[in-house]
Amino acid sequence: MTGVETGVVTGAETGAETGVVTGVVTGAETGIETGMETLTAPATTGGAGRADPRRPTVRVAENLNAALHELMERRPDLHLLGEDLLDPYGGAFKITRGLSTRFPERVLTTPISENAITGIAAGLALSGDSAIVEIMFGDFAALAFDQLLNFAAKSVSMYGTRVPMRMVVRCPVGGGRGYGPTHSQSLQKHFIGIPGLALYEVSPFHDNLAVFEEMLERAEPCVLFEDKVLYTRPMHAVESPFTVESAGGTARVSLDFLREQPDCLIIAPGGMAHRAVAAMRSLLLEEEILCTLLVPSRLYPVDTAPLEAALTDGAVPAPRRVAVLEESTAGGTWGAEVAHTIHQRYWDRLSRPVTLVHSAASVIPTAAHLEREVLVDEAAIHRAVREVVRG
Amino acid sequence: MTPVLDLAAATPTLDDADLGLMLTIRAFELKLLDLYGRGLLNGTTHTCLGQEYVPVAVQPLLDPGDHVFSNHRGHGHYLARFQDLDGLLAEIMGREGAVCGGVGGSQHIRRDRYLSTGVQGESLPVAAGVALHLKRAEPGRLACVYIGDGTFGEGAVYEALNIIALWRLPVLVVVENNGIAQSTPVTSHLSGTIAGRAAAFGVGHCRVEGFDLAAIRHRLGPLVARVRQGVPLVAEFVTHRLGPHSKGDDARPEPAVREAREADWLSRYRTAHPAQVERLDHEARTLVDAVADDVAARPPSRWTRP
Repeated sequence: MTGVETGVVTGAETGAETGVVTGVVTGAETGIETGMETLTAPATTGGAGRADPRRPTVRVAENLNAALHELMERRPDLHLLGEDLLDPYGGAFKITRGLSTRFPERVLTTPISENAITGIAAGLALSGDSAIVEIMFGDFAALAFDQLLNFAAKSVSMYGTRVPMRMVVRCPVGGGRGYGPTHSQSLQKHFIGIPGLALYEVSPFHDNLAVFEEMLERAEPCVLFEDKVLYTRPMHAVESPFTVESAGGTARVSLDFLREQPDCLIIAPGGMAHRAVAAMRSLLLEEEILCTLLVPSRLYPVDTAPLEAALTDGAVPAPRRVAVLEESTAGGTWGAEVAHTIHQRYWDRLSRPVTLVHSAASVIPTAAHLEREVLVDEAAIHRAVREVVRG
Repeated sequence: MTPVLDLAAATPTLDDADLGLMLTIRAFELKLLDLYGRGLLNGTTHTCLGQEYVPVAVQPLLDPGDHVFSNHRGHGHYLARFQDLDGLLAEIMGREGAVCGGVGGSQHIRRDRYLSTGVQGESLPVAAGVALHLKRAEPGRLACVYIGDGTFGEGAVYEALNIIALWRLPVLVVVENNGIAQSTPVTSHLSGTIAGRAAAFGVGHCRVEGFDLAAIRHRLGPLVARVRQGVPLVAEFVTHRLGPHSKGDDARPEPAVREAREADWLSRYRTAHPAQVERLDHEARTLVDAVADDVAARPPSRWTRP
């Protein structure tokens, strides 16, 4: 298996990247706050190709906030717990803005006690209620790990019969904002492989209301990872000339209408999607390398149906090379789990082993120039995929 | 601190139902050690020898609609609530009729509104969540959590106590302070007092010594009634662990073991009421022997893995 390190990235190479760098410079929270004041209905057009210019652009943070409003309305048993959730503050990233005003009985601001909050959510779930926990920075979910691993996930099956547990732990993750080593991690890999615990990631291509409904309907604990740099990005937008379609929880960004065999299949979680599409664009224009991107909403258990479809010849011949992207640092990654799944099932359809693209084996530094050297960006993706295709 | 009561003067009179249940729990735990000794049980277990009276004292203060959270040393808690020897033994032995299909075993049991977990302190936040539900959906009911003195080493206890007090949740924390955490005496693992820790959160505390069940219930009754109104309570039972932490891992010095034996409620009660003990102990052992023979003859439990 080939690991691609992305440690050496110069400033010039990251010049085309906008999401990560401008997030730091302009202060993304301000952007979200402004956005919230003009909150619109959540975008529900999962298959939209590009943002509709006639409609105000809905940002991911607004979509999340609207989803929570709608869920609280629909489910009278749903509780929302977390630190600093109350208006006018509305949560550190403003995702819960307005909720405590509308649902004061069920939106509970808590002490700084991630372990207890998660346990309380599990207690509510055990009583038949539903609960969503906001962990302010996903990094702090480490403090809730016992409740997730040893209680909430275990309870689904360790008492001999299935115990429904409707709870979601929301974890803002990822770097690119200069928050430093303990506020920038992508923790997905630490939660993989726990029976009874499903992992999801917010993406610009998946309406969050549907994602929340799916998680609660699973009746087992779920962790929802939210890449912080997505909050200010538009929903459903994809760069020209690509189109996006969504089916069964996985979005597919492609040039399928060309009916040409892609050179590479890229698989990426939601937080990497815009970086992947930007790299796909430069690969196409500069290298004439054609890629198709899959963005699954559920990271674990790995959904094999879209992999099967993408690696089976149809109207579009299937690509023979695969790269899995993620922002997580090297070692024991989600990509390794996906690669293993693909190797076990589709080895004979590949021309080479799946390539993993992830951040360097490093803490995530605070200074912008140092952070850029560690994290995966579109230039690193471009280089990695070019190597996959051209060798 | 209240001095230990004079042994002779403190020996209460127990009614047959309470004493019978206490002796049944004792006989059950001794049977487990016997089965382990003969290689008939798998894994591990933690007996509550010496502490049997605690859940028996608490049981009538609870309503069937209340939740009970137990821990690794929970057989007595389960038996006091359900008197279901055979479901519990089948669970521990992995036989047909196991209350959780043999998946949970000794430390992970759920039945109706009873649940135990094997990680120290973990159940306190969960109980807070259940109590939050009860406060809103079923006011007047409570969540009762059994923990030990050793559990006070876990941060989860303090996170939960803080929230329980802040949100006025109906949680009754029953501490079985047996003075030892596995092999570590309380003098080496607990600074200050349990009362002081409860006080730090503005949570009421009641220290219970002895095994006069009627007196204990009389004293705790009004406090438990207040718990139901959202005034949480830490009820600390000063008790003694007679046996090893689990099966054969008792490294305590002989004087400590002797002291625990001398303080054992049963040896004290037997001295004062030999005939009652002999009669009920015989009944208890006969019952437990029959259950053990029956369960041991059953086929293995079945579980459909999700």
